Amino acid sequence: MIDNFLLRALLGGLGVALVAGPFGSFVVWRRLAYFGDTLSHSALLGVALGFILHINLTVGIIVICQLLAILLFYSQRQRQLASDTMLGIFAHGALSLGLVALAFMEDVRIDLVAYLFGDILAISNSDLGWIFAGGGIALACLIRIWKPLLAITIHEDLARVEGIPVDQVNWMFLGLIALIVAVMMKVVGMLLVTALLIIPAATARRFAGNPEMMALLASLIGCLAVCAGLYGSFQWDTPTGPTIVVAACLIFIIGFLVPKGLFLNGQES
Amino acid sequence: MSNTGQPLLEVSTANLTLGKQSLLENINLKIGAGEILTIIGPNGAGKTTLLRIALGLQKPTSGTVKRQPGLTIGYMPQRLHLDPTFPLTVKRFLALACKNDFARVISLLSEVGAAHVVDSAVQTLSGGELQRVLLARALVREPDLLVLDEPVQGVDVHGQVELYKLISRIREQRGCAVLMVSHDLHLVMAATDQVLCLNRHICCSGTPESVTNDPAFVELFGPAAVQYMAVYVHDKNHHHDQCASCGRGSANDR
Repeated sequence: MIDNFLLRALLGGLGVALVAGPFGSFVVWRRLAYFGDTLSHSALLGVALGFILHINLTVGIIVICQLLAILLFYSQRQRQLASDTMLGIFAHGALSLGLVALAFMEDVRIDLVAYLFGDILAISNSDLGWIFAGGGIALACLIRIWKPLLAITIHEDLARVEGIPVDQVNWMFLGLIALIVAVMMKVVGMLLVTALLIIPAATARRFAGNPEMMALLASLIGCLAVCAGLYGSFQWDTPTGPTIVVAACLIFIIGFLVPKGLFLNGQES
Repeated sequence: MSNTGQPLLEVSTANLTLGKQSLLENINLKIGAGEILTIIGPNGAGKTTLLRIALGLQKPTSGTVKRQPGLTIGYMPQRLHLDPTFPLTVKRFLALACKNDFARVISLLSEVGAAHVVDSAVQTLSGGELQRVLLARALVREPDLLVLDEPVQGVDVHGQVELYKLISRIREQRGCAVLMVSHDLHLVMAATDQVLCLNRHICCSGTPESVTNDPAFVELFGPAAVQYMAVYVHDKNHHHDQCASCGRGSANDR
């Protein structure tokens, strides 16, 4: 197996960045940034669940993320509270509940900072397995539902009238988001997962003439951010997850300085 | 009315109640092959809701919606809420619906007079261009019935006349029926076979001429609107009677 922890970190980071590109693009197009954020905030609850049930902690996180995704889906159908209020309640409720639950377990000591901001340098071979298996499955499923998902993103009712199984596709997409959020947490931590989803996608926007191009560019930009972040973190001894996000932000800013439409061949966007 | 044989779509005694609020009451609507039926009414009258029921997007609380078996519907939504970050050209927008047949995309765009925007981003289109592109999108599946939700929204008056002409021409060339919603009164009249005047319930319905003479219509839109419209339907008699059934809701908000 892979011995070098830096190589493992690089592979894990690149794996996550590759998956984050296409999913992040949909998150941006469908304005789901807060949705992803809310899911990731429930991770500590998943860790607590893992300890209680004596199951793999990543499985615990995935289960809790899926449950929360279902809960969010139904809660958004009510009209009493605006959806950002709902998401805020769920996000901070889940985070606090997770912290409280862990405090009750006296024999459990976890590295809270690692969960909050990620600990890419401590990625194990089994973590790598999760990233590549989970990420690979998520990507394969996303490619399968790509066209109907684009149609729903353009206009949900129009898609419905034309016979696209809108609810099933939406369910599947939200489930996949929950899965990759749980997996991505290894690298950048629960507080920064959304950053790795949306910043590369937002950067890619200026240079993409079609959805597929944007998804692909977002993946590449994410990979670039991971490499730069790892390098910077190693060079200046800074926390790796945040350094990756800082690198992504820098690339985003640089992207804004590049003349618009440079790679678009006159395609207005 | 050219309504012979089985209707393409029929809504019978439909009611819709959300919570305690009654949105639609006792709606009957029938559209036959090749027919243009226009639903008019003030804001909040339930026009879009009725379209959603006809399309099967919303289940009525009671009543039935019957569609002819195998009926293909082309739907033109009121607007697109596309995020500016979504990179989508007109060409791709249409190609997604017709299996990347680009020759077909061009011919559809030409049919609606929007071939020049084929490479533009959807978000940069003007109101009239967007409506034409959405119309082309509705034609992709060779529909028997076009359902258009406020097809001239966001278009200036001259463009509105053009769009209604285009819709009539499409009906003539393709022989498809058209069910549309509008809150313009006068422009619609020249290009429709049947009018259904809605204010949560059906105030009146029939040919444009008969509807403009209906006291319920006058009550809903006011005598001034009717006089204005008379120019278009060449009608001499104005009825200024009151109609008890229509004086509810947000009737006179225009």
